[in-house]
Amino acid sequence: MTSRWASFRAGLEEFYAGPYRRTFARARREEDDLFRMVVLAEALGVPDPAAYYTAELMPALYEDFHAWHRRMGMDRSPLEHVGCC
Amino acid sequence: MNALPLMLIGLAMFAGGYILYSKFLGDRVYKLDASFKTPAHDLQDGVDYVPTNKFVLWGHHFTSVAGAAPIVGPAVAVIWGWLPAFLWVTVGTVFFAGMHDLGALWASARNKGRSIGTLSGRYIGRRGANLFLVVIFLLLLMVIAAFAVVIKNLLISTPSVVIPAWGAIVVALLVGQAVYRFKMNLALVTVVGVALLYGLIFLGDAVPVELPDPFLGMSPATFWILALFLYAGIASLLPVWVLLQPRDYINGVQLFIGLGILFAGVLLSAPAIVAPAVNDAVPAGTPDLMPLLFVTIACGAISGFHGMVSSGTSSKQLDKETDARFVGYFGAVGEGMLALGAIIATVAGYRTVADWEAVYGAFGEAGVGAFVDGGGAIVRDGLGLPASVSATVLATMAVLFAATTMDTAVRLLRFVVQEAGEAAKVKINNGVATVVVLAIGLGLTFSQGSDGAGGLRIWPLFGTSNQLLAALTLSIIVVMLIRKRRNPVPVLVPLAFVFVMSFWAAIVQLGDFYDEGDWLLLAIDVVIIVTAVWVAFEALVATRRASREPPEAPDADAKEVEARA
Repeated sequence: MTSRWASFRAGLEEFYAGPYRRTFARARREEDDLFRMVVLAEALGVPDPAAYYTAELMPALYEDFHAWHRRMGMDRSPLEHVGCC
Repeated sequence: MNALPLMLIGLAMFAGGYILYSKFLGDRVYKLDASFKTPAHDLQDGVDYVPTNKFVLWGHHFTSVAGAAPIVGPAVAVIWGWLPAFLWVTVGTVFFAGMHDLGALWASARNKGRSIGTLSGRYIGRRGANLFLVVIFLLLLMVIAAFAVVIKNLLISTPSVVIPAWGAIVVALLVGQAVYRFKMNLALVTVVGVALLYGLIFLGDAVPVELPDPFLGMSPATFWILALFLYAGIASLLPVWVLLQPRDYINGVQLFIGLGILFAGVLLSAPAIVAPAVNDAVPAGTPDLMPLLFVTIACGAISGFHGMVSSGTSSKQLDKETDARFVGYFGAVGEGMLALGAIIATVAGYRTVADWEAVYGAFGEAGVGAFVDGGGAIVRDGLGLPASVSATVLATMAVLFAATTMDTAVRLLRFVVQEAGEAAKVKINNGVATVVVLAIGLGLTFSQGSDGAGGLRIWPLFGTSNQLLAALTLSIIVVMLIRKRRNPVPVLVPLAFVFVMSFWAAIVQLGDFYDEGDWLLLAIDVVIIVTAVWVAFEALVATRRASREPPEAPDADAKEVEARA
């Protein structure tokens, strides 16, 4: 009985969340891209007064860097020191 | 004749269709294979591709395809009598819609869950994909205009629906906040949300809102249309979790409740059908049954829109390929049930044939209003609710369906406008794109008079383009079946039928629009006719090519999956 109820609730959650999962993932990616722009600003040649602090966050961005620059329409990595491709 | 046996016959046909015909399709035509690795497993990403329990997936599928359209279509079409509408809905659901929805789901699942638009690129050629965009654009545009008129009519004919219809927006906003900001238990939120909605229905019934004429310098009809477009514009721009998502969810729940109430009402009251089986005294100006019936009832018999849902989203979540039978075919059956309910409400909900004839005085005049009044009377007799409350329940259900379709359509059209802008190298931001969509939609609505009086004339045109989309999907399925050297007849016959009927209807309407001097609809109709010819041409070329090419290896799809792994 308890497990039935639990699976019913899981189904209900899925019924709520499922149809919009893609929209959410896209919105999240857009926000991440904005964040990435801020962190990479200095490296991309935009003066950034907070560069001292954002530099610390750089390693966190490397993982998705390749996918990001391709998404932004750049076939090759725009940063010399990041050789992802 | 009594409506109860009619309902039971209809349900028995649906059940037979599901048990026998969908099994035949699944085993012999589409050859669904439980061991085939579906895209949900093959490309699982936790976002689009998620293996989903088949009952939950059916819930999504059914609530996405069922809306106001299977109510409006049959409610308009019973003007020819109940028998033609009943036959087309039942036979259509069993042999057309179920086959089409299941087929689209299968076709997409066999192609990495890609959409019908992309598949038409692969199987029919690049022009096929462009064709698809044109049809989609027209379809969405007409849906916005037609539904704005449908809602406006209900807000005026049933003043008690004003409070629940607009109050439902507040309920949805609260549900969204409760779920996301306060992370409350969804089951609890659902119960409270539905209770609130029904509270609003009773409140609306006690306090009907009738706008004075003129209101703010315009007629109430004009005011409601403007208000609806303003709402749709704002709703489509808000983040989806704020309004669209909770609204869709509450609607989905409400769909099951409303359907239950309606069928329970028929079961318990067993109303007599007053309308003629075949109306041989149709009001002047009613177009001929052939071919207009087959485009007036699109959703509920066969609808191309289902193919979009089947192929865009549902196919990416299919856990096992054999689940497609339940999700696709039974999803169509669910919608057929809604259409059947609409037929019964509109033909058995009146006391005498004179009452019925008074409501059906002209083609396109009685639509959802007749469903609300007739269904309200049936629910009153069956469940003992006061007639006005019953009518308000059904009117709220219809308004909510139409309104959610409207705001989603505005949102989707915005993307189309932005894409078109990108092709022309102009960046169009969300606000501007929405304004463009609303302006075109309003233009189309008001082209039918400043109170949108003729708005439902668009309806058969909407059905025509919807059927055209279905024909396009069916021709893709035929090409796939021929390439696999399977029997394409179960798809080919409905394809030919749907195509001939919608093409014929488009030609007939061309004459009508010319006589009325309605140049805007005439132009749209011409575009539809041109696209129809184009579809037929491309499909013929593609089928010829497929039958000349060597057959596809029996395990071609599975091989493709393996090659990726």
